[in-house]
Amino acid sequence: MRLTPKFRWLPTPYRSILLFVVWLLLNQSVEAVHLFFGALLAVVIPLLTLRFRDPQPLIERPVLALRYILRVFGDIITANAQVAVLILGPKRRLNPAFVRVPLDLNHELPITILASTVSMTPGTVSAEVYPALESLAEGEPMPQRWLLIHVLNLTDEAELINSIKQRYEAPLKEIFQC
Amino acid sequence: MQHWIEWAVAFFLLLGGSFVLIGSIGLTRMPDFFMRLHGPTKATTLGMGGILLGSIFYFSLSGGVSVHELLITIFLLITAPISAHMLIKTALHHKLKSIDKTLGRDNIAADKRKQARPEPLP
Repeated sequence: MRLTPKFRWLPTPYRSILLFVVWLLLNQSVEAVHLFFGALLAVVIPLLTLRFRDPQPLIERPVLALRYILRVFGDIITANAQVAVLILGPKRRLNPAFVRVPLDLNHELPITILASTVSMTPGTVSAEVYPALESLAEGEPMPQRWLLIHVLNLTDEAELINSIKQRYEAPLKEIFQC
Repeated sequence: MQHWIEWAVAFFLLLGGSFVLIGSIGLTRMPDFFMRLHGPTKATTLGMGGILLGSIFYFSLSGGVSVHELLITIFLLITAPISAHMLIKTALHHKLKSIDKTLGRDNIAADKRKQARPEPLP
């Protein structure tokens, strides 16, 4: 895991690329002016906002990150179909449940990405991460943290926890190397 | 405009529209708050995706390129799970009732340290 950036003048290279692409999309053109201004913003904005942020682990495996994004897109489509079937089906057969998943991740950014992914994928919405960091005393060791999720239709709790850990948490640990 | 483009646009609009409709049906039909949240958070992402794809097709092929919709998709994908998370967290904080057959309710509020150490008054 790496918390300090490789280049001082480009602390978050992937965020810079994202800003550049968003700028070009906003302007819908690839003229020299927009390319130049987009590049300028992509360098200046991360430098200006860096001091407001807590240091977060950086992406170390971009190819894996891309694969993760594609996998989540695929899962969103299946999630939509599944939830549509559950919504239109009989209400009596639904077994809602609260499930807690033990987290191996320790940093806020990977946990946020995991929680968002869980919300977008089949039948689950992430509800809370606890214990909250704010409730810890100064210098207290990090306890085991849990992700509380609400499941629309629970069939097998152990299998659900296992699939979240294997399918989403393991790649995230690999991407951020933490 | 060619014939098949109209068909493609109509297909994407109908697909997106029906998913948004299903999400809204879920919002009214489910018995408690936590279950109601599932429809709008998920069914609407694909629904909006379909509508935006239709829009990209229509405006790109009737002159000029239109990619603003991609931005809408990106922002929607980033914000939808976060707003769902805020809503459900608020619901837990207010101790909203979930229907009786909900399993694992003792998993909620295992963070007793919050009550144990109240915030000092300013």
